[in-house]
Amino acid sequence: MTITKRFWISLIFSLPMLIGMILMPFGIMIPGGEWTQFVLTTIVMAVAARPFLQSAWASFKKHHSNMDTLVAIGTATAYIYSIYAMFTNQSVFFESAAFVVTFVLLGQVFEEKMRNNASNAIEKLVDLQAKDAEVMRDGKLVKIPLSEVIAGDLIRVKPGQKIAVDGVITEGSSTVDESMVTGESMPVTKQVGDKVIGSTMNSNGTFMFKAEKVGNDTMLSQIVELVKKAQNSHAPIQNLTDKVSEIFVPVVLILSILTFLVWYVFLGATLANALIFAVSVVVIACPCALGLATPTALMVGTGRGAKMGILIKNGEVLEDVNDVKTVVMDKTGTITKGKPEVTDIVGNEEQVLTIAKTLEESSEHPLATAIMDKATKITIVDKAQNFQAIEGKGVQAQIKGQKAFVGNDKLLSDVTIDSELQKQMIKLQNEAKTVVFVGLNKKIIGLIAIQDAPKETSKEAIATLKARGLRTVMLTGDNERVAKAIAQEVGIDEVIADVLPGDKADHVQELQKQGKVAFVGDGINDAPALTMADVGIAMGSGTDIAIESGGIVLMKNDLRDVAKALELSRKTFNRIKLNLFWAFIYNVLGIPVAAGLFFAAGLTLSPELAGLAMAFSSLSVVTSSVLLNKTKIETKVQTV
Amino acid sequence: MTRILVLIVGLAVIGFILWWFFGNHQVASATADVTDNNQSVDIEVNGGYSPEVVTLKKGVPATINFTRKDASSCLDRVVFSDFGINKELPQNEKQTVKIDTNKSGEFQWACGMDMFHGKLIIK
Repeated sequence: MTITKRFWISLIFSLPMLIGMILMPFGIMIPGGEWTQFVLTTIVMAVAARPFLQSAWASFKKHHSNMDTLVAIGTATAYIYSIYAMFTNQSVFFESAAFVVTFVLLGQVFEEKMRNNASNAIEKLVDLQAKDAEVMRDGKLVKIPLSEVIAGDLIRVKPGQKIAVDGVITEGSSTVDESMVTGESMPVTKQVGDKVIGSTMNSNGTFMFKAEKVGNDTMLSQIVELVKKAQNSHAPIQNLTDKVSEIFVPVVLILSILTFLVWYVFLGATLANALIFAVSVVVIACPCALGLATPTALMVGTGRGAKMGILIKNGEVLEDVNDVKTVVMDKTGTITKGKPEVTDIVGNEEQVLTIAKTLEESSEHPLATAIMDKATKITIVDKAQNFQAIEGKGVQAQIKGQKAFVGNDKLLSDVTIDSELQKQMIKLQNEAKTVVFVGLNKKIIGLIAIQDAPKETSKEAIATLKARGLRTVMLTGDNERVAKAIAQEVGIDEVIADVLPGDKADHVQELQKQGKVAFVGDGINDAPALTMADVGIAMGSGTDIAIESGGIVLMKNDLRDVAKALELSRKTFNRIKLNLFWAFIYNVLGIPVAAGLFFAAGLTLSPELAGLAMAFSSLSVVTSSVLLNKTKIETKVQTV
Repeated sequence: MTRILVLIVGLAVIGFILWWFFGNHQVASATADVTDNNQSVDIEVNGGYSPEVVTLKKGVPATINFTRKDASSCLDRVVFSDFGINKELPQNEKQTVKIDTNKSGEFQWACGMDMFHGKLIIK
């Protein structure tokens, strides 16, 4: 029998007693008196309350106890005593047992609804998936179910259709609304060679794309998996409630017996009154509000984050975010666009570019990409030999037997720079341009200046973080002058420049001595720092390994989301604390009142009221968690 | 006289509660049967989990079958927080949970309200 059904049965059979109670002061009695009450309550106990008794007994046999233990003992005591009282002509309180069962069930009905509400964010995400796709098979386009699409398939997407799986556009172009995955509301233009994400919405163009990731490998599946894990993860604060709930029920039972003994043996109360106090204690002290406090808030908070394109991986991260004092950011790709462009060339342009292109051809460094873009017109005559990439410094190789190199000043240990070049280098660096040296035969033949402009949103993002009282630090492998120029442009306080990739984590560790650190980054070289930091925040556009290492993933690549993520985590964690506070306070205050400690002041709690209060406590905790969906995540500040 | 008797009985009941719930009692445990590169364990959910401690072999795909006999809404979900599993357990229906056994260690599972716990050992 469902809880809802049990509730209705319980309510229907309790109602006559409620009406009787209301009419009693007017001298109207329900027909049958005690016998009617007995019959009605017996039905409630046998039908609606039986599962409580069964569950309580089953767990008792295993040396366990739960909320059902309390409900069962409370109501059974009231019921059995009333039968005894009925035969010995004393006042009965059958209605207490029936009302408590009704109220507890009412609480459970609502709670079940709310809990389902809290957990359905995930189902909504899964529902986003396309149901079928038009796939090229044997030279013809056929419509097949999503599950039959395999990697390598060519798929056609028409205007207004959902993109089935992740892949790369091979033909045509369009704009795509990726808001469901990234939270970014502006449609993105996609052309041949661009990646498309499964489950996003194609708007105006028709295009063909090659499926790369299907099934559980798609971005959406990965997100769903991540959010699921986060929602069910354990926040460290929960360890406390785990311990409490283990001993809670037996302790309450002991308290209730003590209440009875004190009233009956020492204060000389009647058996009935002493029992009422004892039953109230048992009924009010349900620990379920404590148990629900953390998981429900965690569920709603992480679910909401997912909708905004902020994936919080687990409850531990939420707690750590609260104490973060410093936000350390990687420069390239995080603060800047990560798409460097060549702006100036010093020296013989053709010669400089030819050597640079020859060397950088097989490099995957972002700066190399910029050089290759600039040098599209140049054709390479002589291939580079003995190619060597030196991490964090540059590349070198042999061209026609001559030693050539492209790299930063760290590569120039045995080469001197003449003062004219030096001056130009400083000038360019002060303009926030990264300078690359091109050399041949231990002589520098030219400079290439590359600029990676900050994202439009970075300045606002930094201002927001500062407004929250956070210290901002830029950590970069780039030259100090360039880094400082960028830092000034976006408003960052501190710069740690010239950092070799392997040393990023060490710098984070150094900063951790002064308080908890959040690190924001996107590259492979950021992974150790992301892991080392108390809170690792990975940019969603970043490499898989960076996303794997981060505790929070920002799908939108917008630095402003750092502040949003911090705010959301803080709000969620505060909600957990608030829930726990209420759940505790409620029991700490409720039990003494129920035990009759304030009897002299005229403050007591009947078992019925205790039952209502208990139902209300778990309900209020779940409601408070669901309301987390509605709280404002306000992070806007004025930037001048 | 009755009051003194009641007092003695009451204190005795408290003593019993302490011993029953906090005393050292044996917990039911089980090791999965491995057949054809697959291992599985059946768990009955009734006022707790029996067995409460399950040992699985590392690297062998594992399934745990939960059957909830208990009507209590306390136990209507089973949560493996380390594996991101949160499964509803309709009453008297066998529900299968797949466990990734690539990592060894001790893991907890719990009911939806974190009141009942079980332990999973992968080695």
